Amino acid sequence: MAIGTLDTFPKLLMHHAQVRGGRPAIREKDLGIWQTWTWKRFADEVRTLACALHADGLRRGGHVALVSDNRPRLYAAMCAVQCLGGVPVPLYQDAVAEEMVFPIQNAEIAFAFAEDQEQVDKLLEILPRCPTLGRIYYDDPRGLRHYKQPQLRGYDELLAAGEKMDKSLVDAEIDRGSGGDVAGMFFTSGTTAAPKGVVHTHSSLLGPARTAAQMERLGADDVILAYLPPAWIGQNIFSCAQAFVTGYCICCPEAPETVMTDMREIGPTYYFAPPRVLEALLTQVSIRMDDASAVKRWLYRKFMAIANRVGGALLDGKRVSLLDRFAYFLGDILVYGPLRNVLGMSRVRVGYTAGEAIGPDLFKFYRSIGINLKQLYGSTETAVFVCIQPDGEVRPDTVGSAVRGVELRFSPERELLIRSEGLFREYYKNPEATRAAKDAEGWFHTGDAGFFDAGGHVKIIDRVKDVGKLADGTLFAPKYLENKLKFFPYIKEAVCFGDRREKVCAFINIDPDAIGNWAEKRNMPYSGYTDLASRDEVYDLVRECVERVNADLAGEPEIAGSQIHRFLILHKELDADDGELTRTRKVRRGFIGEKYEPLLKALYGADSMVRVNAQVRYEDGRTGTFSADLKIRDARTFPPAAAKRAA
Amino acid sequence: MILSVEAVSLAFGGVRALQDVSFDVKEHEIRAIIGPNGAGKSSMLNVLNGVYHPQKGKIRFQAFEFSDMDPHRAASLGIARTFQNIALFKGMTVLDNLMTGRNLKMRCNFVQQALWLGPAKREELEHRRAVEEIIDFLEIQHIRRTPVGRLPYGLQKRVELGRALAAQPKLLLLDEPMAGMNLEEKQDMCRFVLDVNDQFGTTIVLIEHDMGVVMDISDRVVVLDYGRKIADGVPEEIKKDQAVIDAYLGVAH
Repeated sequence: MAIGTLDTFPKLLMHHAQVRGGRPAIREKDLGIWQTWTWKRFADEVRTLACALHADGLRRGGHVALVSDNRPRLYAAMCAVQCLGGVPVPLYQDAVAEEMVFPIQNAEIAFAFAEDQEQVDKLLEILPRCPTLGRIYYDDPRGLRHYKQPQLRGYDELLAAGEKMDKSLVDAEIDRGSGGDVAGMFFTSGTTAAPKGVVHTHSSLLGPARTAAQMERLGADDVILAYLPPAWIGQNIFSCAQAFVTGYCICCPEAPETVMTDMREIGPTYYFAPPRVLEALLTQVSIRMDDASAVKRWLYRKFMAIANRVGGALLDGKRVSLLDRFAYFLGDILVYGPLRNVLGMSRVRVGYTAGEAIGPDLFKFYRSIGINLKQLYGSTETAVFVCIQPDGEVRPDTVGSAVRGVELRFSPERELLIRSEGLFREYYKNPEATRAAKDAEGWFHTGDAGFFDAGGHVKIIDRVKDVGKLADGTLFAPKYLENKLKFFPYIKEAVCFGDRREKVCAFINIDPDAIGNWAEKRNMPYSGYTDLASRDEVYDLVRECVERVNADLAGEPEIAGSQIHRFLILHKELDADDGELTRTRKVRRGFIGEKYEPLLKALYGADSMVRVNAQVRYEDGRTGTFSADLKIRDARTFPPAAAKRAA
Repeated sequence: MILSVEAVSLAFGGVRALQDVSFDVKEHEIRAIIGPNGAGKSSMLNVLNGVYHPQKGKIRFQAFEFSDMDPHRAASLGIARTFQNIALFKGMTVLDNLMTGRNLKMRCNFVQQALWLGPAKREELEHRRAVEEIIDFLEIQHIRRTPVGRLPYGLQKRVELGRALAAQPKLLLLDEPMAGMNLEEKQDMCRFVLDVNDQFGTTIVLIEHDMGVVMDISDRVVVLDYGRKIADGVPEEIKKDQAVIDAYLGVAH
C-alpha cells in the first residue's frame, strides 16, 4: 500500500513496522544509555497494549487521559488507544490536580495513563469528583507499592496481560479505523475562560503534518528531540504525526533538566523552540562568552559581526562577495561551528519558532550562525501548520505564507480567517463555541489580526479585540508597537494608547538591569529605578529607541500612521501585584489607562512635565504616597515615503 | 533485630560522651536519634561504624558481636553512612563520587583494571549500572558529569546519600541529612529517605534536629541528653515525654 493512502496513526505504524522494522522509531536515555525501540518493537508493544486495553473494556470512542512526560511508553499508550478507535486526551503533566478535573469530567474519561506516583496522586486526589475514572495505569511503580486503590494497575502488568492474548482482534480494529475518526483531543489552556476540548481527526492531524513534511523534505533519516509537553498540539504534530508520516526517529530526553545535554548527544535535524527557549539559550551563550578569555571574546566579537552582516544572506542563498564568503568560512571553523555544537544544533536542517513575536536580533543571531530557523503560524484548532516561511524567504517580522492546502483571508476587521484540511472538528460538547469559531462556510476565526505584507507573507499584529483605530481611521495595533519597543533591551514594558485618539502615545518601563548596566559603564551613579527613569540621558536613550520604531513603522504602509508621537517613562515598574499586568505578564492596557489618567491626559496635552501623586503599596502591605515630576518627550516621526532614508 | 547497642560508654579523657547507652534497631525500620547539642548523637553514630572505640559495652550487628568496630569492617559488613559536613571528593564528578561508593565491591586487581581486561571491563559495566540506577533513583541525571564542588549544598547532600547507597548497605547511618536545607529540599530528602527504606528495604538510623521531620518519618526515636539515654519509643510517646520536653526546653530551677 502506498503511504499516502494510510489514513490513521495505527495503520501508519504497522506500515513502518513492515517497511523499516529494524530502524529506530523512538529513543530514550535510560540509566545513562540511549535505548532504542525499533518500529517493529514499537508496533509490537502497541498491539500488545491494545489487546490488554480492550480486555479492560476500552471501546471505540472511549476517552483516555495521558499524564506523562515524553516517554516511549506514553507514545505507545497513545497509539494503542487509537488502535481501538479510542481517543487519547493528553493533559499537561505539570498541571495541578484541580486543573485536571474539568477535562476528565468534560470528556467523561474512564481510563488514564499516569507516568509516576506524582501523577497518580493527583488523579487519586480528584477521583471523588471524577466518578467516570475507573482505571489508572502507571508506568513507574516507585513509591506505589502500598497503594491499594482498585483503580490502579501497572503498565507492566497490562503489558504482561496483553502478551497472552490473541492480537488478531487488534489488527481487525486497526482496519476498521478511518481518517474521519477522532484521533485526539487537546484542551486549550483556558486562561480567559473555561478550557475547551479541541477535537481532531486522524486526517486533520496527519494531513497538515504530511504537507509540511513534504515542503521541508523531511524523511526517515531525520531526528527530533521531544522535549515540550505532550499535551501541547505542536508536540503531538512534531513527534507523533510527522514521525508517523515520514518514519523519522523521536528521541525522549532523560529528564527535563538534561535537555541541553541530550540535544548535544542526539543532534536533532528537525527542531522546534518557542522564542523564550531560544532567548534563554542565547543568554547562556552570552554569559559564558563574558567569562571567556580575552582572545576568545575578541574572536567571538569579530566573527559575530561578520555573521551578522552576511550569515543570513548566505543561508538565504543570496549573493555574497568572495571575501565575505571566505571570512564566514573561517568564522564557521573557529566560532559558528563550535557554537552550533554546544547548542546541540550542528545537524539542524529545519528549525521552527512560533507562539509569540520573536525579537529580530534574537532571530537573526540563530540564522547568522547558520541555523535554518524559521517562523510559522498555527494554533491548536488548525493542527499547527497554517503559515511557514519558505526557505529563502525568511524575515523576522512575518510568519510566512500559507502552506499548500490552506486558504487564508482577512475579514474587514482584519481578523485572519482560515480554511484547511487541518481544521479541528469541534470543541467537545460545546456547539456554541464551535459555531462562534467556525462559520457556516467552514472558515475558522483565529481572533488574530494581521495583514499581508508586500511579499505576500502574513503579518500578525495583535488580537482582533485589542486592535483599534486612530481618529483618522488609521489602523492601531497596540501590542505590535509594544512588542517592537520591547525588543530593545533597554525597554522592559511599554503601553501604547491611541484608540479613537488623533495620535499614538506611550508609557515606557525601562529595564533596570540593562539600563543600570549602561549607567554604570558611563559612571552615572543612581539610587534606583525611579531615579534612573527620570534622567535626561535615559530619556534620550529611550527616545532613540522610539524613533527607530517609528522609522520602522514608516516602511509599513498599513500602519505607518500609528507612529509614536509622545512618550513618558513611568516612575514605577508595572507589577502584577498592583493589577497592572496579568499573572502571565501581559499589560492590562485599560486598567493602566484609568489608573494613570492624569498622565495620559498630559501625554495628549502640550506640557512637557506632569506631576504624579501615587499611592504605593509596599510588599509588607503598608501604603505610602509618592509624588514626582515626570517628563514627557516628543519623538520624531517619519513620513511613510522617507522610511528608507531614515532607517 | 539487625543492630543492638548494649550499655555502651565512651569517654574522651574526662569528657563522658556516652554513658551506658543501650538501644536496638529492628530490621527495616527508620530509627531516629535526637537530642540537644552535645548530647552524644554523632558520637553514637561514630561508635556504630567504628570510628570511635567505646571503653565499655557491646554492639551486635546481625549475627556478629563486637566490643568495638573498625570502619573498614563496618563497611564490608554493610554499614554505610553520610556525614554532617559533607565529605565528598569536591573535584570529582558526581558519577565518579558515586563509583567510589562501589569500591569495596570491586574484585579485579590494579593491573587488570589498568589494562581494561575482560573481567575488569565486565565488572566496571556492572558497577556503572548500579550507580546509574542510583542516579535515576535520586533524580540527579542532569548533574552526572558536574564536579561536586560546583553543586549547591542541597544537591551535594543528595550526592552523598547516593554514594552511601552505592555500597548497597543493609544499615544506613545518616548524620543530619537535612541540616541547612530549605523546606523544599527537606521535603525531597524526606521522600528519598522514605523511598530508600521502602524500595531497597534498607534499615536507617538518622540524626536530625528538625522535629517535624523526625516525628514524620521515623518509626522509633532514641533521645540522648548529656550522653545518657533519656527516652526511647514511638514518636507519639516521645512528644509527650516529660524528660524530653525538659531537655529541649529547659526546666525552671
